Amino acid sequence: MEVMTEKKIERKGPVLFSPYKRGEGIKAALKLKRNDILFEVKEAGLKGRGGAGFPTSAKWMLTAAAKSDKKYIVCNADEGEPGTFKDRVLLLEYPELVFEGMVIAGYTVGSDQGIVYLRGEYEYMLSSLEDYLKEMKKDNLLGDKILGTDFNFNINIHLGSGAYVCGEETALIESLEGHRGEPRNRPPYPVNTGFMGCPTVVNNVETLSSVPHIITKSGEWFKKHGTDKSTGSKLFSVSGDCNKPGVYELPWGTTIKELLKLVEAKDTKAVQVGGASGVCVPVNQFDRKLGFEDLATGGSIMIFNKKRDMLKVLKNFMEFFVEESCGQCTPCRIGNVKLLEGTEMIEKGTHTFKYINTLKELGKTMQVASKCGLGQSSPNSFISILDNFKEEIFSSGRNGGDKK
Amino acid sequence: MKKDELRTPVSQRPHVIESTHVEKGIGENVSVFINDKKITVPFGTSILDACRENQIHVPTLCHHPDLCIAGTCRICVVEVEGMRTLQTSCSFPITAPIKIHTSTPMVRKARRHIVDLLLSEHYGECYTCVRNNNCELQSLAKEYGVDEYMFGHVTESRYKVDKSSYSVVRDMDKCILCKRCVRTCIDLQEVGVLEAIDRGYETHISTFMEKPLADVICINCGQCINRCPTGALKANDPSDEIWEAIDDPTKHVVMQTAPSPRAAIGEMFGQEPGKSFTGEMNTALRRIGFDKVFDTNFTADLTIMEEGTELIKRLYSALVKKDKSVALPQFTSCSPGWVKYLEHFYPDYIPNLSSAKSPQQMFGALIKTFYAQEEGIDPKDIVCVALMPCAAKKFECNRPEMNSSGFKDVDYGLTTREMGKMIMEAGILLPEMPQSHFDNPFGDASGAGLIFGATGGVMEAALRTVLELVTGEKVENFFDRANITPVRGFEGIKYAEVPVTKVGPVPEILKNLIPNWDWLKDATLKVAVVHGTANAKKVMEDIKAGGKFSECHFIEFMACPGGCLGGGGQPIPTTEEIRKKRAQAIYSEDESLPVRKSHENEHVVSLYDKFLTDGPCGEISHKLLHTHYIKRGKFIV
Repeated sequence: MEVMTEKKIERKGPVLFSPYKRGEGIKAALKLKRNDILFEVKEAGLKGRGGAGFPTSAKWMLTAAAKSDKKYIVCNADEGEPGTFKDRVLLLEYPELVFEGMVIAGYTVGSDQGIVYLRGEYEYMLSSLEDYLKEMKKDNLLGDKILGTDFNFNINIHLGSGAYVCGEETALIESLEGHRGEPRNRPPYPVNTGFMGCPTVVNNVETLSSVPHIITKSGEWFKKHGTDKSTGSKLFSVSGDCNKPGVYELPWGTTIKELLKLVEAKDTKAVQVGGASGVCVPVNQFDRKLGFEDLATGGSIMIFNKKRDMLKVLKNFMEFFVEESCGQCTPCRIGNVKLLEGTEMIEKGTHTFKYINTLKELGKTMQVASKCGLGQSSPNSFISILDNFKEEIFSSGRNGGDKK
Repeated sequence: MKKDELRTPVSQRPHVIESTHVEKGIGENVSVFINDKKITVPFGTSILDACRENQIHVPTLCHHPDLCIAGTCRICVVEVEGMRTLQTSCSFPITAPIKIHTSTPMVRKARRHIVDLLLSEHYGECYTCVRNNNCELQSLAKEYGVDEYMFGHVTESRYKVDKSSYSVVRDMDKCILCKRCVRTCIDLQEVGVLEAIDRGYETHISTFMEKPLADVICINCGQCINRCPTGALKANDPSDEIWEAIDDPTKHVVMQTAPSPRAAIGEMFGQEPGKSFTGEMNTALRRIGFDKVFDTNFTADLTIMEEGTELIKRLYSALVKKDKSVALPQFTSCSPGWVKYLEHFYPDYIPNLSSAKSPQQMFGALIKTFYAQEEGIDPKDIVCVALMPCAAKKFECNRPEMNSSGFKDVDYGLTTREMGKMIMEAGILLPEMPQSHFDNPFGDASGAGLIFGATGGVMEAALRTVLELVTGEKVENFFDRANITPVRGFEGIKYAEVPVTKVGPVPEILKNLIPNWDWLKDATLKVAVVHGTANAKKVMEDIKAGGKFSECHFIEFMACPGGCLGGGGQPIPTTEEIRKKRAQAIYSEDESLPVRKSHENEHVVSLYDKFLTDGPCGEISHKLLHTHYIKRGKFIV
């Protein structure tokens, strides 16, 4: 399928976009023992690419160890983080990596059913993905007795309905089951009690796409890229004030400064790393590295130059969270509203610094007391933008009530 | 997992703890440190339970002992060493030797923030709230020293109060989205009227298509009211109208009181659950100004006569006359919540419902006919108030067919909570009242009528009477002290087989219905007792599938968990522990009564002599004491 995003892959790195022949990952995997695959993934040091960075091998091991007749592999393709568009590219350009990653995961943990939870807005790619699955079936890479072995595996695609929170793995599972998309209590974790109460692996599109490469080229090879704690490469979705926005495959450990040079950004004032739920990095921190040891991210990079009003940026983020909170737990449902109100107060100049500090404290409570990652990360931008851009935001006209 | 079990989202279901990745397993003990104190608990115990068993207070809001875990309010957060975020103690199962801290600066601040956030959205004032002084949010505000609204306070109403239902009033401005009502409705009762809709800040609890409560499949059981931590849900309170009637000298206001309120009303006055205040309550009601105080247990006895006779008639037609059209098993019809549940969910089984009215409605019909005649009072001047443990009774007395006296048989259904409030309003301290008896002619009831309040009570009362009428022997010969224990207890579904070992002569009162008992010789009466509509659903599905319950002869159904004593009109809180104590109060009062079988109640016997002259299920009783039902179905236009 000819895609408009083709030109958006600005840089193909040596890992994810390295040469790969369709089917070779499955072929290689089916010749291996399950434990060997687990070992290889562990050796590679692969961590979840959705942003949280949980070791993939640990997730698979726990699911493999769980006792159940039925297990599921879920591909989280609910790419909803503002500023992220790398999964879209993978699904459209490299579906073989995604689907073969799922098949290998299924083989490893003992599952015969994969489900792709596809973002509702990506409905346009549904038919081409389904065609692709049919082709895989024709080639015996999917379905019963794959490549002549005893291993069966099928993949269904389920469309989401547009809720940001459904990117959270337990909310995603609730949604798959036909319920309101609300995160579950953890523990129990999906590796034990997931979809339909069965052990379930939920992996990001990019995580799964890394798997066939690891299997065909070894964990050792994968580990050579990136840093000690962040192995391999990462897809970054770069947007904002730069000449060359698009998807970049870069090794982990790249600094913001290096990235900005690559994308030809000028007069950059701030970089939002990790989307709306990430942190906002000011100029004096541009030497920081992208990686789990410093700036962990699902890959969203938003660049703001000197013309941008950071308060408006913040307000936009907070409006997003007020809208997208699932409304289940108190800190997130009401907390985000209070943070937005605080932002609006600053905008109008009706705030007091005392109250803004109270709200920052509230933000810290939300980070530790919310039920899921949404509420735990939504105050990040509030806290980091207000801390890092104090002078700009509280400049003349926005001195606040207690200075008047 | 069966589809049925999937109805409640996993997030709101009890945890299944897999022990594959931990060395310990279910059944073993785990040692943990709570606030540096070493405590040993069984594997899988929640942090909350571990704390409570060790007298460590952890506040809760969305947690309720009757319901599954939600973990949404976040007020019960604690610190677990080694975890980045705080953990909700209600949902966190202890599976490893962890270190827990329940009162660190971070925990205290988080809890205070959460209380303040809830208060910022909680519209309405405590003064004007039915739950003033009995509100969990109010208590938390006090506990956490809230002296100002840290995050402001909402000044405008966001939602319209839904007063459409006769039973339940919903004021979503006071809702804190703990979803206890949702879990009560879908999980405890399996009705599923309420669910959260919309997202984020717009989230609110609503009904199908946001219809008013009166227009959806709500069965009016009021269990949601009993579990609401705030005043967002309350019963439709008629006490202003009742005061008006009391203060009107032209009105003759009579009160009939059900058995369960007297076993619970003390709780409204700071008394421990499990003590009956029958005599004290009678005095209080008279002092308030009710002209007569009657005992609904009297018509409970009458219900046994009517419903029991109906059962015998059905059995005779089915077994002897081989009439295939007779619907068996016969279902009890005393619980209006259950009746409406059946009308909505299993309308095809309406013929199985006993046509006998509930005790409340029998009473109303008799008050405005027999009693009015005897006392020479114009029935239009009589106001009949029913003190009930029930929210659905408010709906029942407003059913359009409930006017066989020519007037509205029962004018108002009043809950235990509302009665307690009226007693307080009158300046009466209930526990200090002298005791007094009910008024006659409806004042003397048997213990059989009294135990209607507990699950299994109707069945026990019916069995006491049926066994004696059939065998001609004392029921004490079959069951010690006439306590039919197989139908007692709090198990959700009880099944019992009662063999009829011998038959006696047909008693006078039934002679025109059947010639002899020979057809019942060596028969086994199969009965079942069910409480809570979730359990009712299981039994109904079994009957539909032709299972063992379809072979029963008689099944008692009560909509509320525990029967009437756990009703939606009872004092808050109501938990399993409290329900058990109330049941004890009822059963011990039954044992203390001189008459414990409905057919031995001399006032019932004389009523059949004087008024219902053609006997149980005769023409007069059919007109006054029996009713019909409506096929409602699940879809309402």
